[in-house]
Amino acid sequence: MNAVVEEHHDHDHKPTGIGRWLFSTNHKDIGSMYLWFAFTMFFIGGALALLIRAELFQPGMQIVEPEFFNQLTTLHGLIMVFGVIMPAFVGLANWQLPMMIGAPDMALPRMNNWSFWLLPAAFGLLLASLVMSIMGLGSAPNFGWTFYAPLSTTYGPDSTDYFIFSVHLMGISSVMGAINVIATIMNLRAPGMTYMKMPIFVWTWFITAYLLIAVMPVLAGVVTMMLTDRNFGTSFFDAAGGGDPVMFQHVFWFFGHPEVYIMILPAFGIVSSIVPTFSRKPLFGYSSMVYATASIAFLSFIVWAHHMFTVGMPVAGELFFMYSTMLIAIPTGVKVFNWISTMWRGALTFETPMLFAIAFIFLFTMGGFTGLMLCIAPADFQYHDTYFVVAHFHYVLVTGAAFSIMAAVYFWLPKWTGNMYDEKLGKLHFWLTCISANVLFFPMHFVGLAGMPRRIPDYALQFAEFNQIASVGAFVFGFSQLIFLYVVIKCVRGGEKATDKVWEGAHGLEFDLPSPAPFHSYTTPPVVK
Amino acid sequence: MSTASHGEYYIPEPSKWPIVGTVALTTSVIGAVNTIHAGEMSLLLPVGLLMIAYLFFGWFGSVIDESMAGKYSAQVDKSFRLGMMWFIFSEVMFFAAFFGALFYARVLSVPWLGGAGNNAATHEFLWPAFEAVWPLLSNPDNTKIVAPAEAMGAMGLPAINTAILLTSSVTLTWAHHALRAGNRLHLNLGLGITVLLGCIFLVLQVEEYIHAYNELGLTMSSGIYGSTFFLLTGFHGFHVTMGTTMLLVILIRCLKGHFTADNHFGFEAVAWYWHFVDVVWLGLYIFVYWL
Ligand code: HEM
Ligand SMILES: [Cu+2]
Repeated sequence: MNAVVEEHHDHDHKPTGIGRWLFSTNHKDIGSMYLWFAFTMFFIGGALALLIRAELFQPGMQIVEPEFFNQLTTLHGLIMVFGVIMPAFVGLANWQLPMMIGAPDMALPRMNNWSFWLLPAAFGLLLASLVMSIMGLGSAPNFGWTFYAPLSTTYGPDSTDYFIFSVHLMGISSVMGAINVIATIMNLRAPGMTYMKMPIFVWTWFITAYLLIAVMPVLAGVVTMMLTDRNFGTSFFDAAGGGDPVMFQHVFWFFGHPEVYIMILPAFGIVSSIVPTFSRKPLFGYSSMVYATASIAFLSFIVWAHHMFTVGMPVAGELFFMYSTMLIAIPTGVKVFNWISTMWRGALTFETPMLFAIAFIFLFTMGGFTGLMLCIAPADFQYHDTYFVVAHFHYVLVTGAAFSIMAAVYFWLPKWTGNMYDEKLGKLHFWLTCISANVLFFPMHFVGLAGMPRRIPDYALQFAEFNQIASVGAFVFGFSQLIFLYVVIKCVRGGEKATDKVWEGAHGLEFDLPSPAPFHSYTTPPVVK
Repeated sequence: MSTASHGEYYIPEPSKWPIVGTVALTTSVIGAVNTIHAGEMSLLLPVGLLMIAYLFFGWFGSVIDESMAGKYSAQVDKSFRLGMMWFIFSEVMFFAAFFGALFYARVLSVPWLGGAGNNAATHEFLWPAFEAVWPLLSNPDNTKIVAPAEAMGAMGLPAINTAILLTSSVTLTWAHHALRAGNRLHLNLGLGITVLLGCIFLVLQVEEYIHAYNELGLTMSSGIYGSTFFLLTGFHGFHVTMGTTMLLVILIRCLKGHFTADNHFGFEAVAWYWHFVDVVWLGLYIFVYWL
């Protein structure tokens, strides 16, 4: 089998020039474009965050106008969610899924490329409004990443309409990407790879794809209602015509809560690949992992109103959404338990991917615990819209989702490039990132519990110290990512040659391929026993 | 990168269509926003839409060529099937958002505005005169948002349209059976009738909209009833337009002799889509017009 691959590898003629990227039908090239896109957006979104933290370094107004501050938080959130975490996971799926299931490529390669190219277009539109705003030509979206009506309908700036279509483009991109993932997994698995033999990363992406197909169209629906409310006189979100602004929140969060699981399920898959590798033990409780992922996905559809405890829902609603949300902690706990059991009495080593994975387990769990605090309805009346919520979702998204992406990059980069990355610099990157992330986000719990509201450019004096600590952490965190960039570029350019297996404890079809993996992964399907 | 070098897999050559599609969509959406903002047609909009038309002809054209050249294996066929299936599912969810809005308004927010539940204060202090009756012939604030004079009944045009769509599903199935039995005449006939019924449906729908605007005062801006009515029926009508166009293309292909008794995914995909549009209509008929 290997011989066939090797031979093919020799006349692996890749298309050349810019056309290779514009017209690509290759899952690896498209995966790389996704990853580089996400990386670029990470720095843009990060720059906005640093501006926010600079303004919040001390009370009073220093650097930006309050109007512009709102635009900063809005675009920071939108970019990080739709421009960084989601595309990075799709990039990883593109690279890994075909290799992991023994396929030559994704099932629908042309559509794959279209999914990618819609993203730069969508973010071009969105960022254009920011550039215009900086040049003094109107305002960028300023209503928060959740774009609640009527902030985004009655009071939204003109650029809101561009924002709406930008979301449409992202939605089309995500749905096509998800369809591709499903078709690939259902149709291109190597002979013998039954569903319950699929690597867990494949499973988590499979389920994520269903979430995407189910909720991205709902997001498209809600922005369409916004569009018609703004421009064609409908009153979906206007009580004067019998509509309800709270209805916006229901439709939005019906999308929004599954969306947060879209951003974490692939992370579960990544950590479930890395932990066994560096523990040199098989994953503990494979099938329970699969069922836990499926239950989380199912539950994610019936918990959305935990974001809306304070809007005045009937008590029955408060209780239902409180208890259904608490249920999610069970399958999530199963996962954490399984990861720890996998490490238990394993022969552990701590290369950079493993460090990020362990940090993920610990810090994501902290985010889960604050989630449990938030889902207690009466308590949430106090926590809601404070920095405590900001702390919660940064623990699950930065030290959760983003850490898993970094772990994945370190883990598979040698397979992609054929070179080992610089382990010393990788470790340096990890420690700086891990410590600074906690310096940055941990104090937010305290100011939040003490009552500091989120999305404000100025705050009461007593919050000053913790905000200063957070801002220092933010700058260290931000600049540490330049090390990451450097390590990646260095590794792409050269370095110690990686073996095919890359890691001593590695398992899986992708590690049977040579490093770097050939342009078309498995041209003849391997047989899985 | 010829087909042969990939063993039993088929991987298409690099293709310009994704880029054409991206440029087309981007141009269209910028054109759409500019049109909305300026209140007059921006040139970008028709240009973008033309590019989308070019995209469909070009992309599907090349897929049809590849298919006719016998390049597709059973595996590729299955990928297409999965793609179409899940695309339709995503469409279902798109409609679900609007149905959700309708149910939310009818079951929750409108009764609340009328003082139900623990929302007495809103009713008492803002709009004490408002009574929650669906369909809304009086809005909470009638000076700001003028309510329709009359609601759209379920009999008459909507009932005829229901009959038309149901019939069209039957004629399409008839055509499908004919295709499988190798009866080209019945195939073309069945398809032709289906396309015709689709067109009649659309004409009647336009008729109904004119009636709603001119005689009933039922418009998009006449409150939540008009909003849900026009967005649901409007998006459905748009899907019927798409479906009819797709059926027309399939009819032309059939006339050209494309498709065989056991290899006709293009036909099936469009048929699935048409049945989906049909089912959405039933939901509409029940919850928007009837109940
Ligand atoms: C055990 C699991 C979890 C529970 C119980 C939980 C619970 C909650 C609750 C109740 C809120 C609303 C707080 C408020 O606005 O007052 C919230 C907010 C949020 N959660 Fe979670 N969560 C969990 C996991 C996650 C995960 C895994 C993610 C993403 C990867 C996530 C992302 C978010 C985000 C982004 C927000 C804030 C949205 C906003 O208002 O801007 N959560 N969470
Ligand atoms: Cu949530």
